[in-house]
Amino acid sequence: MITGLYRAGNSRLHRAGAGRKLLALILGGTLLLAISSLPLAALGLLIALALYGLAGFGPRVLWTQLRPIVFVLAVLFLAQLWLATPAEAVLVVLRFAALVLAAGLVTLTTRTSDLVAAIERGLSPLSRFGLDVAKVSLAISLAIRFIPAIGQIAGEVREAQLARGRRPSPLTLVVPVIVRLLKMADEITDAIDARS
Amino acid sequence: MAGPDGRAVISCTGVRLDRGERTVLSDLDLTLSERRIGVIGANGSGKSSFARLLNGLLLPSRGNVTVDGLDTRKDAKGVRRKVGFLFQNPDNQIVYPTVGEDLAFGLKGRKLPKAEIAARVEATLQRFSLDGFGDRLVHELSGGERQMVALAGVMILDPDWLVLDEPTTLLDRRNTRRIMAAIEALDQNVILVTHDLRLLESFDRVVVFEAGRVIADAAPAEAIPAYLRLVE
Repeated sequence: MITGLYRAGNSRLHRAGAGRKLLALILGGTLLLAISSLPLAALGLLIALALYGLAGFGPRVLWTQLRPIVFVLAVLFLAQLWLATPAEAVLVVLRFAALVLAAGLVTLTTRTSDLVAAIERGLSPLSRFGLDVAKVSLAISLAIRFIPAIGQIAGEVREAQLARGRRPSPLTLVVPVIVRLLKMADEITDAIDARS
Repeated sequence: MAGPDGRAVISCTGVRLDRGERTVLSDLDLTLSERRIGVIGANGSGKSSFARLLNGLLLPSRGNVTVDGLDTRKDAKGVRRKVGFLFQNPDNQIVYPTVGEDLAFGLKGRKLPKAEIAARVEATLQRFSLDGFGDRLVHELSGGERQMVALAGVMILDPDWLVLDEPTTLLDRRNTRRIMAAIEALDQNVILVTHDLRLLESFDRVVVFEAGRVIADAAPAEAIPAYLRLVE
């Protein structure tokens, strides 16, 4: 998860190559989605939890990763409970939690620049077909960098509306946030040009 | 062409800038070579557009802007290597999540070896009193720290000129002093766009804009009172 972002450390996971970690994430994620066994999915979650310990992260970091998705997990669970069986509801939640934790661990133990470089290397064969790999990697860096900024803008707009006596709703937030984001995007483009 | 001390000279010749149907700047003929130049003017007077003309972020509708003989219209990339630009809001200038990665951004674009990039990042962190900030997340820093990171991100590229567009507007007095001390210590020529007139008292030259034209261009002791007469 992007909320994770890199936390400096010297564990084996921190030292492992970004490309290897990404590959392991892709393979592990595919495996998790392919299996339909409840014990194996639970094992997947346990492995993800154990890896947090191996990387030197405690329950607080773990909760930081899980907190944003608790609501989504609850909705998923209830939807599956309604549409399928209790066992499938638990399976979906286990899979999703394990995947999010594993992805979070990759960003927590890997510098963004290393992550982006690994993606760039992975995509480089596609440059033969006209893909501008450098632009793709810059876009990924920008997405990671500006997600906290977007949250901050949404918070500011919400506070401004509250201060003026309006109760913010998703509908009244969307337009001012988008307008500010577009303005911000203009300035970021200028800044990238200025530093190129 | 370079100036007498070998530094780059910025020249604006017959410059006019239109944005849509509005003329933002007109009749601009300036040669900039002093080490410390201030730019002042009321909101909407054209001073920020002027700053953006100097490194090719904006191109003149008429006339030419040249830096050390390079025309911003013909060689924007070459010009940007010579003219660094610091924006008012560091949040819109810092493009990587951590400080060290962001400082490396411009250097990577120049295809420098990894070891050299790492060494220059470390040296720049120390130079701007950011020791130990390499792995810090940008969004967790204070406004003053972010502006210092943005400044370091520009200066790591070692430009001949630094253009700053109201870099202290969002800062408190203490952080303004920190940023200004860092700017004063630079060897580079500096062009500072600001509303804070006190910052310009020791400058070599101050250019005053009003409605897209230069209405005063002199030493601070002469130019600042001319501006005050205009706005008060």
